[in-house]
Amino acid sequence: MKFNEKWLREWVNPAIDTDTLAEQLTLAGLEVDGMAPAAGEFSQVVVGEIIACDKHPDADKLQVCAVDVGQAEPLQIVCGAPNARTGLKAPLALVGAVLPGNFKIKKSRLRGVDSHGMLCSAVELGLSDDHSGLLELPDDAPVGKDLRDYLDLDDTVIEVDLTPNRADCFSLRGLAGEVAALNRLPVQAPDCEPVAAAAEDIMPVNVTATEDCPRYLSRVITGLDPKAATPVWMSEKLRRCGLRSIHPVVDVTNYVMLELGQPLHAFDKQRIGDTIEVRRARPGEKITLLDGKEATLDDSYLLISDSQRPLAIAGVMGGGDSGVSEATTDIVLESAWFKPSTIMGKSRTLGIHTESAHRFERGVDPQLQGMAMERATALLLEITGGTPGPVNEVLSVEHLPQPAEITLPRKRIRQVLGVDLTDEQVQEILESLNMRVSTVDDGWRVIPPSYRVDLAIAEDLIEEIARLVGYDRLPSANLSGELAIEPLPEAVMAENRLRDALVDHGYLEAINYSFVPEKLMQQTRQSGPFIDLANPLNEDMAIMRPQLFPGLLLNLGNNLRRQQADVRLFELGTVFDKQPGENTPYQESQHLAAVRSGWQHDETWAFEKKPMDFFDMKGDLEAVLKLNRQPYAFRPATKPWLHPGRSADVIVDEQVVGWLGQIHPQVAKALGIKKDVYAMELDASAIRQSALPRHEEVSKFPAVRRDLAVMVKISVNFDEIRAVIEAIAGPLLKQVILFDVYTGESVESGCKSLAIGLILQEKNRTLSDKEVDKVVDEIVSSLKDELQAEIRGSG
Amino acid sequence: MDIAVDNLQELHQQAEKELADIQELKQLEDFRVKYLGKKGLVTEQLKQLGSLPAEQRKAAGQRINQIKRQLQQAIGARREALAEAALQARFDQERVDVTLPGRVVAPGGIHPVNRTMNRISDIFSQLGFQVVTGPEIEDDKHNFEDLNFPAHHPARTMHDTFYLPDGHLLRTHTSPVQIRAMKERKPPIRIIAPGRVYRSDSDQTHTPMFNQVEGLVVGEDITFASLKGVLEQFVSAFFEKDLKIRLRPSYFPFTEPSAEVDVEWQKADGSSSWLEVLGCGMVHPNVLRAGGIDPEKYTGFAFGLGVERFAMLRYGVNDLRKFFENDAEFLRQFS
Repeated sequence: MKFNEKWLREWVNPAIDTDTLAEQLTLAGLEVDGMAPAAGEFSQVVVGEIIACDKHPDADKLQVCAVDVGQAEPLQIVCGAPNARTGLKAPLALVGAVLPGNFKIKKSRLRGVDSHGMLCSAVELGLSDDHSGLLELPDDAPVGKDLRDYLDLDDTVIEVDLTPNRADCFSLRGLAGEVAALNRLPVQAPDCEPVAAAAEDIMPVNVTATEDCPRYLSRVITGLDPKAATPVWMSEKLRRCGLRSIHPVVDVTNYVMLELGQPLHAFDKQRIGDTIEVRRARPGEKITLLDGKEATLDDSYLLISDSQRPLAIAGVMGGGDSGVSEATTDIVLESAWFKPSTIMGKSRTLGIHTESAHRFERGVDPQLQGMAMERATALLLEITGGTPGPVNEVLSVEHLPQPAEITLPRKRIRQVLGVDLTDEQVQEILESLNMRVSTVDDGWRVIPPSYRVDLAIAEDLIEEIARLVGYDRLPSANLSGELAIEPLPEAVMAENRLRDALVDHGYLEAINYSFVPEKLMQQTRQSGPFIDLANPLNEDMAIMRPQLFPGLLLNLGNNLRRQQADVRLFELGTVFDKQPGENTPYQESQHLAAVRSGWQHDETWAFEKKPMDFFDMKGDLEAVLKLNRQPYAFRPATKPWLHPGRSADVIVDEQVVGWLGQIHPQVAKALGIKKDVYAMELDASAIRQSALPRHEEVSKFPAVRRDLAVMVKISVNFDEIRAVIEAIAGPLLKQVILFDVYTGESVESGCKSLAIGLILQEKNRTLSDKEVDKVVDEIVSSLKDELQAEIRGSG
Repeated sequence: MDIAVDNLQELHQQAEKELADIQELKQLEDFRVKYLGKKGLVTEQLKQLGSLPAEQRKAAGQRINQIKRQLQQAIGARREALAEAALQARFDQERVDVTLPGRVVAPGGIHPVNRTMNRISDIFSQLGFQVVTGPEIEDDKHNFEDLNFPAHHPARTMHDTFYLPDGHLLRTHTSPVQIRAMKERKPPIRIIAPGRVYRSDSDQTHTPMFNQVEGLVVGEDITFASLKGVLEQFVSAFFEKDLKIRLRPSYFPFTEPSAEVDVEWQKADGSSSWLEVLGCGMVHPNVLRAGGIDPEKYTGFAFGLGVERFAMLRYGVNDLRKFFENDAEFLRQFS
């Protein structure tokens, strides 16, 4: 809500300056969002009257005007404005004037003709952005008068950001009520006395939607002067409150809306039929609105219509062919109360924001319609003249909201605010806000004023009390209360432990949006079904991510393009699956994913410079897996987005908990990445599950090491060899060390040689050489039998 | 007898002269054997004591033993000196350039938003707040209805909501976790709920996804005063400064009274301004009821803060969008 300070001070005028007033509003919950002077800074601009207007001899678009500014002689002014004409009154900046932007007016020569000042448009004076021509002043503007004085421009425009509950403050009346309460001052309301009917004319009104519209006031006013103009005091107030002056009748309705908070509508009586109906729209019914748009309606819309056609969408916007025009002489003025829930969301759905809908959907004072009608009538008669008929009220009182009666228990104030206030304080505060207060047992019974449609329960009143005391003056206290110790499961690893492990291995944590482009899903060969958004911001944010790594690949690509040679990124975040979850509409799980590309080590004198490979990434992953001390394994696997020879499922506790591998070179290429990229993605909650440590006696007896050189076909995986060893050695086996893997000259082609160290130990005695030999012999023969291994030496 | 003493003197002098020339441990050992070994020159003298007249024996014996001791000491000292010199020589040879870079895996870093989130959690855990989480895809009931937002209420327009085709939505705030937590727990309740939230808004100061930390306290003596106290302490603890905060009335459908909290922020030029950092209030009785809690008996407060906002203030980040670009050079600043 935008308003000018001077108007507010007509209602209530506390002895505080503008800044203090603004702070007071902000701290009362009416947050001041902006303040601006009502006009730009300028001086020596006066009201001028063009008394003659001739063509410039040397320029088509310029005119040479004689302008009367109340001096002995008129001034000669060269002017290019299209609306410069004899008889027009407009602002004139005299020689020596300074206009906004420190623009100094000097005597000048334009194409050989002297100009002794400048006729001004609104934009040149910082009044509005209208640069269509000279600012046209009313015919009665006093020639020679300083424009600042004439328009009373030393004023401030204040914009308050109103919260949706404060519907009452969308008017000077409401704002003044607040300021009056905050300063404990009375309010000076304008005269809204009933205007007596001077004619019998009424427009018959038939309200069928009585619940949506329990009160509908109309009044016929005939004989308006179509040549009447809006007085400058009114158009200036409208301008400062952000509204353009359009037509005296429209201006009056807008003025009363700003002043009292009641949106009004005026129909041109000659453009509508003989009755008005207030009814729900028929499905598919169409109306062309004031702004020229056609809207197709359903039966949730409330319509004002005549017997033939819709005239307006109630509370939202009038129709294009029923409103007032320059020819209008007879009008039907409407002042109604529409149910907020009927109006809510309508302007949003239609994409038309109107001051009227904004107020109706938040709630207009249900007792205001009569007052607003009288005020508007009086203003209209003053400006346009005319003959008013009687006010025709259609009332369905049972559907009109009744004043709330709220019980406020004394102890509740203490219970909510933690402060003791005296009964006098409470009563005085509530009364300052125009509430009717009576004492009852243990508290008060309070009836808020009809415009405070937001007040319904004791807590609402407590907020009012807190506001008026001032939040800053309420005490603060330590938090108290009984608390029990909560369970702390030791066998669940903290998510941050996972983060730390990767950070310690050089990874930077990324956070990506949870929505990803559909294209990325194709590029990374993800298969649906995906969770789509119905209203994505754009197509790059259309799908809820099913895995984290596609986002990380985009990040990696961006970083490589920014000349990062070595990129390691991880993310721990939510992924989404279309399956329903436990207590959640969709399965949501926390994943841990990482991507890496570049070198084994940062480039350094200390290591050979080698590109990182599968086993670097695997090592990083194992550093994470080892944290939970559960056995894990890697099993060859194929994923569409991974290199088929370099990809594995990660298995913990016999469950697949994720995968690891090199991103398929074609996938990388599709994302503009030329380098080899490795990635992994795990279900974080699965790997966070560990078990408590369990002490076992440490053997005091020596361990024995035997080394084997095992040659097998390249296709045989190390885990198969290990399985054979473990099966035979059983509990004697303390550790298997793979200390070399070799292919090359001395190894048969298609084969590889593995050097394996076995550490054997018995818990409660020393192993004899004979026992060890026996075990190793069995291992050797099993490896030969089961894996066609060739044992090239043992010792 | 005198002759014997003179011989001993000569032997001692000769030994000391030889010792002075010794440069290696091996020579030193040879020297020890030569004089003090079983057949050594000094040992031989001791063996010959018996042949001396009885009255000379004692003095000669003492003299020989004295020489023996002196030589033993000298050998010991020499051995140490040689060992020291050898060690020194080894050290000289083994010297490294300690300024060469080490074989380090330079640590990466936690994302500044999570770093901030962790800090916020740590501070509230001091007061016994438990961390709970909730789903990011919610239904209208949890996100709005149970939080006292009626259908089509203008308050909903403060939340530009992303919807799924089936009517579910991406939560617009972490407040739905309040309802879930109240249903699962009994007062006294002290929880914080950190997490991602979504609003259909994107410009310099808005990203369509951001992080919030929701706080909820429900109990028998929970007042607006305790809300103020907790927030004042939190802000000071978080920024490690006694920052002034101010609460001003605001409106959220799920709290009453409601407040917006500003902190007084010192700018580089010395001036200060109020910056809005969080919203809070006393839990609305309808919300307590939706959570299965008797509003006559219990009161509660709730707050919701934007994590990115705190991270920006804390670390001087000037553009919200940088948090989600995942530029390694940006992220590395927080390692």
